[in-house]
Amino acid sequence: MIEFRQVGKTYPDGTTAVEEFSLTVPSRSTAVLLGSSGCGKTTLLRMVNRMVEPSTGSVLIDEEDISGVEPVALRRRIGYVMQHSGLLPHRRVIDNIATVPRLNGASRADARKRGYELMEIVGLDAKLGLRYPGQLSGGQQQRVGVARGLAADPNILLMDEPFGAVDPLVRVELQRELARVQEELKKTIIFVTHDIDEALTLGDQIVVLKTGGAVAASGTPAELLSNRQDEFVSRFLGLDSGARSLSAEKTDDGELLISDAQGRPLGVVPAQTDRADRP
Amino acid sequence: MNNIVEAVRWLLTADAWSGTGGLWVRSMEHLGYTLIALGISAAIALPLGLLIGHTGKGRGAAVVATGAARALPTLGLLTLVALFTGIGLTAPMVALVILAAPSVLAGAYAGVESVNPATVDAARAQGMSGWQVLTRVEIPLGLPLILSGLRLAALQIIATATLAAYVGAGGLGRPLFLGLRTYDYPLMLGTSIVVILLAILVDAVFGTGQRLLRRIPGLAGPQRAPRGQRRDSRRATAAAPAAGR
Repeated sequence: MIEFRQVGKTYPDGTTAVEEFSLTVPSRSTAVLLGSSGCGKTTLLRMVNRMVEPSTGSVLIDEEDISGVEPVALRRRIGYVMQHSGLLPHRRVIDNIATVPRLNGASRADARKRGYELMEIVGLDAKLGLRYPGQLSGGQQQRVGVARGLAADPNILLMDEPFGAVDPLVRVELQRELARVQEELKKTIIFVTHDIDEALTLGDQIVVLKTGGAVAASGTPAELLSNRQDEFVSRFLGLDSGARSLSAEKTDDGELLISDAQGRPLGVVPAQTDRADRP
Repeated sequence: MNNIVEAVRWLLTADAWSGTGGLWVRSMEHLGYTLIALGISAAIALPLGLLIGHTGKGRGAAVVATGAARALPTLGLLTLVALFTGIGLTAPMVALVILAAPSVLAGAYAGVESVNPATVDAARAQGMSGWQVLTRVEIPLGLPLILSGLRLAALQIIATATLAAYVGAGGLGRPLFLGLRTYDYPLMLGTSIVVILLAILVDAVFGTGQRLLRRIPGLAGPQRAPRGQRRDSRRATAAAPAAGR
């Protein structure tokens, strides 16, 4: 469990990135911090592994205040995946993945073995292990980034717009894979993004942030979509413009044709009778 | 023209190279001085430069200090130090180190600073300590520039180490100054040619080192994928600008 207790961050030059932010992320669930750039979501994320020290308040992991934990040791037990993968360009893919196990003292052979296991988990061909990051596509690099984040088998995974720099098709594929991996491994994930669809796909809990880390709304995806009281949230989610309004139309076969706000057909709901017929 | 021909003719005689005062011995002395001066410069300036690059502190002071050190006339410095230390190797070594250290220092901090900040940030976030970030990320990735600094320093030292003879030490400065004092221009020219050849040789050694270094993936910009993987590689290069490299 990760707990933010009224954390705030003010930089020496006087800018306030975050003010009085509180959030509890239950173990084995995914919390998405959603907001446009400059809302302090990355700052909040980086407080969890002490890459940023809060000016006020505290962050707790499993009831333990992390300000008393040595940062290097803390970071080795928290997975971190960032945009642009952040891989070491001079090390082979497999050694990049094995970074943290190696830092934790695993032998090269053991660390590599673990690395290959992870490549399989994140859907990477083992052949790519001996390549260098620069020889991989953007999507493959992000998979390596995820594998590296998972290598030391951390309970917590911090993801900072990990799929922000890949093309939309690959992004959707990576989101699906992450959801699958999470289904399997059940980590506590904090995921930062500005992509609403990504948040709705991955989040058990979504926190919509305004400037300065102010919480505009939070809740499950369903709660967010059905609750439109806050104007900012509605606008951010695209509820006010009707972009997420769907319409249904009955076809001759008794199926329901679902279309989006622009009238583009999205799919069909099979006729009721069909479903009733099935055992 | 005549002098040059004579100089070359002299270089081609066995006599010029043999004996205790021969070019061979002098060249070795010269190389030895260069190595010692480069070693001392590196021992002082490399750790300092790496520290400046790693912490980002003291850069302004380093720029000022290296600029000032470079502006010092080496011959004047040599004479000044020799007044205190007397004749021998100490004075030229001090002068050469002061001459070469700025290049090494600048190469070292520029090398560390050239590493993509996102890569360093990621390394820290994975749980590398400051020392590990320096030795496993910043130094290897900054190596091309660090080596450039050493290369420049080596050339400066080779060219200037002739001054060692000015205060009684050996090296190729000996025949050079002898030629100067006895108006033996072929001797001067011939020795100069040897200094130049030595400089080219050392430069070539460093150049080869840098070329070998560039073969290490990750130190050389966009990578070429092995055969049969061209499609992947095209995707990779297309993704590379977006990946901020």
